[in-house]
Amino acid sequence: MIRALLLLAMAITILPLRPIGAQAEPEEEIIADLSQNHVAITTRFIGSEILVFGAIRREAPPPEDAPLGLIVTIAGPSEPIVVRRKARRAGIWVNADAVHIDSAPSFYAVSTNAPMREILIGSEDLAHNISIRQAITSFWTTQLSPDTPEFIEALIRLRRKAGLYQMNEGGVRLRAKTLFRTSVRLPSNLVEGTYSARVFLTRKGRVVDVYKTAIEVNKVGVERWIFNLAHQRPLIYGLLSIVIAIIAGWGASSAFRYLRG
Amino acid sequence: MQVYLPIAEISVNALLLLGLGGIVGLLSGMFGVGGGFLITPLLFFIGIPPPVAVATGTNQIVASSFSAVLAHLKKRSVDLRMGSVLLAGGLAGAALGVQLFAYLSRIGQIDLLVQLSYVGFLGVIGFLMLMESLRAMQRARKPGYRAKRHHHTWIHALPLKMKFRRSGLYISVIPPLLVGATVGVLSAIMGVGGGFIMVPAMIYLLGMPTKVVVGTSLFQIIFVSGFTTLMHATTNYSVDMVLAVLLIVGGVIGAQIGAGIGTRLKAEQLRILLALLVLAVCAKIAIGLVLEPEELYSISRLKGGA
Repeated sequence: MIRALLLLAMAITILPLRPIGAQAEPEEEIIADLSQNHVAITTRFIGSEILVFGAIRREAPPPEDAPLGLIVTIAGPSEPIVVRRKARRAGIWVNADAVHIDSAPSFYAVSTNAPMREILIGSEDLAHNISIRQAITSFWTTQLSPDTPEFIEALIRLRRKAGLYQMNEGGVRLRAKTLFRTSVRLPSNLVEGTYSARVFLTRKGRVVDVYKTAIEVNKVGVERWIFNLAHQRPLIYGLLSIVIAIIAGWGASSAFRYLRG
Repeated sequence: MQVYLPIAEISVNALLLLGLGGIVGLLSGMFGVGGGFLITPLLFFIGIPPPVAVATGTNQIVASSFSAVLAHLKKRSVDLRMGSVLLAGGLAGAALGVQLFAYLSRIGQIDLLVQLSYVGFLGVIGFLMLMESLRAMQRARKPGYRAKRHHHTWIHALPLKMKFRRSGLYISVIPPLLVGATVGVLSAIMGVGGGFIMVPAMIYLLGMPTKVVVGTSLFQIIFVSGFTTLMHATTNYSVDMVLAVLLIVGGVIGAQIGAGIGTRLKAEQLRILLALLVLAVCAKIAIGLVLEPEELYSISRLKGGA
């Protein structure tokens, strides 16, 4: 947090350095940073909060008529998934229909400074894959059925409930049309990998500038060691689990008997 | 106190897990059962992915049966020969069960199979146990009644006979192999030890004397559960060491307290309580299958354990 404020202060001090009154360029540029570029999953990991902040650097006074839009997205690694729907068969509820989705982000958060439809037009969303719906590629579903959109809606609904997909319209706070900040909550059930953070600046719904950076999410320490062992040396891991289980069981019962005298 | 489980990939309250292990340990200490049939569904309820719950459940069973087996070996109440035959069947069953588990996970029907198995087995066993203990209570009021063992059935007509000295039996190896295999499959699919099905089968089907039944079944369970843990670890990468240790520590402490309570209650009362408990778990799962679920959709990731 302190580091974040420090960087914010630095961003502000940079601003007056812009060549005032230089050639009138309509370009606006995003200068942004994150409170952390690395998230470590430890044994005590309960989720994390990432602060995205920055400023808009301008060569000219901002246009008066065009509304300014800021959209911050953070995306986890994408992976193929299956969405299943239950139906009643012979009196009980069983998984009946399934739709395979080629690529869905394991985490996706969108924060904006205003309602999405006011600051982003459809074609720009298609080009940059900004909205949650666009971030899920559904074109190559292996079992195309007319109700595939329903499955994708269900996927978004379930992951929003789990805090894995977030839509925070108005979550980006803009000050003096220049400084912005937003914070994104990362839940504890994060998938490891490289997360991408993007900041979009729009005018009249069109993307004017994009800032991109990466966040590394990794298990560390014991967590890392256990996970690697389980996947790289499964037999040794399995044997070790059994030995540890026996020692833990034995140890706990001996300790208990000792305590009882 | 939150703790991040490296394989389940979620953060859970460590005290909740200790408590869960403790309550199941308490019940298993009271009733002398492994408690796997309770711990696995409870893990589902708190949000542990089913593959991790089942695989870790088998790991926990190894630990909870270990000291019990040592005690039975010391008391010489284990029929090692019968145990080995049951074990041979059990290993084959477990290998088959783990493959079946992996296949059904892929096609998205594993939850259904696990739930149906629970409803089926718990329903039948709970009902039989309840009937049996009610009858035993009536019998206790009528003195002079003696149950007879060693009645000749179709089992004695099967080939491949073998002598089991400690059990005082001369029977075909086919029934014990089948009993062992059934328990092995259940262990892999349901994350249970299978004592609740093996003990009645040994008494009523094989006609083994009660004094060697528990030790022999524990002997088989410990090896089959150990083998199942290894198979899950190498096939599905779904054994969570951290989760297992928390459950075990809670379970052992609970079991010690439970054993103390158990000695103060009458055997028939205990069995009726256990039967009611089994039926309650069965009913809870059955209702979940029959009622329309609140959420019809579910997501499964194609790679990774969960």
